[in-house]
Amino acid sequence: MIARSGLRLVAFAYVGLLLLAPVGLVFYRTFEHGLEPVRQVVSSPDFLHALKLTLELALIAVPLNTVFGVLCALAVVRHRLPGVGIVNALVDLPLALSPIVVGFSLVLLYGPGGWLHGLPIQVLFAFPSMLLATIFVSLPFVVREVVPVLREIGTDQEEAAATLGASAFTTFRRVTLPAIRWAVAYGVVLTTARAIGEYGALAVVSGSIAGRTQTLTTYVDQSYQEFQTVNAYTASVMLATLAMLTLLVMSVLRPKEETR
Amino acid sequence: MIEARNVTKRFGEFVALEDVSVQVASGSLTALLGPSGSGKSTLLRVIAGLERPDAGAVFISGKEATALAPQKRGVGFVFQHYAPFKHMTVWANVAFGLTIRRRPRQEIRARVDQLLELVQLQGLGKRYPAQLSGGQRQRMALARALAVEPEVLLLDEPFGALDARVRKELRAWLRRLHDEVHVTTVFVTHDQEEAMDVADQIVLMNSGRVEQVGAPRELYEAPANEFVMTFVGPVSSLGGEYIRPHDVELLLEPGEGTAVGTVRRVVHLGFEVRVELQLDDDGELWAQVTREDCERLGLAAGVRTHVRPRRERVLAGV
Repeated sequence: MIARSGLRLVAFAYVGLLLLAPVGLVFYRTFEHGLEPVRQVVSSPDFLHALKLTLELALIAVPLNTVFGVLCALAVVRHRLPGVGIVNALVDLPLALSPIVVGFSLVLLYGPGGWLHGLPIQVLFAFPSMLLATIFVSLPFVVREVVPVLREIGTDQEEAAATLGASAFTTFRRVTLPAIRWAVAYGVVLTTARAIGEYGALAVVSGSIAGRTQTLTTYVDQSYQEFQTVNAYTASVMLATLAMLTLLVMSVLRPKEETR
Repeated sequence: MIEARNVTKRFGEFVALEDVSVQVASGSLTALLGPSGSGKSTLLRVIAGLERPDAGAVFISGKEATALAPQKRGVGFVFQHYAPFKHMTVWANVAFGLTIRRRPRQEIRARVDQLLELVQLQGLGKRYPAQLSGGQRQRMALARALAVEPEVLLLDEPFGALDARVRKELRAWLRRLHDEVHVTTVFVTHDQEEAMDVADQIVLMNSGRVEQVGAPRELYEAPANEFVMTFVGPVSSLGGEYIRPHDVELLLEPGEGTAVGTVRRVVHLGFEVRVELQLDDDGELWAQVTREDCERLGLAAGVRTHVRPRRERVLAGV
């Protein structure tokens, strides 16, 4: 009994000290002097632009990675195509690689002297490179969620659908997709969280130009460097709120999946 | 009619089917029987189009189907573990083949209700497969396969995952169903009793080859070789040859071609009696006799007796 409550105390203390205290402190500092300073930051054009840019990047990167993730998982599990093993191994690369290296490699590729330097559109320090970086770092999550579920459900149901006359697409839409839908949803939540929170790669490729290439994360960094603490706190709270929203979505999804 | 002609299928090094040729008559109920790894399930999957043979051809109703996708073969397939669509109700499972063909709603409703009644699942349409027993799930899978009116019904170990009592019930039920629906049916089993009980025709397979094709009685009474003999029905050996235990004749006096031995054990199994013997110069043997014969001969442990085969050759081809 004592051991149990002791264990619980340790768990609470650990989570409390390491997670809740710092995040709580950010919230406290943000609203320390009332709502007025926060309101001013929130209505400033730079903040709004950063928020918009963060959401835009996520809105493009998440659907792309979802579609790619499902296709990639199907290729890995269902079709033993040559080379798929390599794809499967490479998918994990963004998890292992530090985002700053991702950003740096994009700079090398698209910057002066790079293989893809001199394209007709501006890539570096502009939206395209930021989108590439966001896609890169948030790529593995849907694949990693869907692959084990696809393995687990096996091919029986899909073969049954085929013998009943269903085309490959019909089978996917009516049999496979419903079976993997919670895994896809999980993957989407994780991808979204990662896309919104990305900092390292964006810091390198975006140049963090206020009102142009600044996202919420780089906005936090720049405001903090320039001692505009209220701005930094407010943007942090916004990021934390978005993160908690995604966690909320996840916890709403989870029980459904378990009682399935 | 279904025909597999010189079908060969390999999985890497493993030869699952080697030059297999089989014909299944229209409207018949055929069992693909064999031990595990004999290729029977692979043959069924080749017929369904779920596996592409490395060589050979498949014909369904006179048309070549070797390169045809499973969707276009007009086969209904019942999987070993039934492969229910878990996220759909029983009703939607059965309706699946009709729904994707965009049949009129009225027609689908009538057909599904009719099928649920046929497989005795009326009233369970709103349940999910997880809420059904094994036997019910099996019948749901059967109804789903029958919904699209297949020319051929293929069942992979249809009773394998059920307990013994349900299995016997379903066997009798499948036989009745086949007599009602008359769809050409092929099922895979490793249980010779099941094959004998249900099928008109048995295709006995071993190591990727067909050993013998025939009516259950033919396989039992005129087995083509030792494998068939030992796989279908009980065997004992006398004088270096296999023999059915009920073909062992026990005598009190020595006679022409008899060997002598001692009874080791007598087991009463209701009407039949199982007699275990130790021959003086030819090892062990068991015989199956009636209760009357047992009493007449006064068989008991330690009694000396004379034995000989009731008929000479059993193997058809020898």
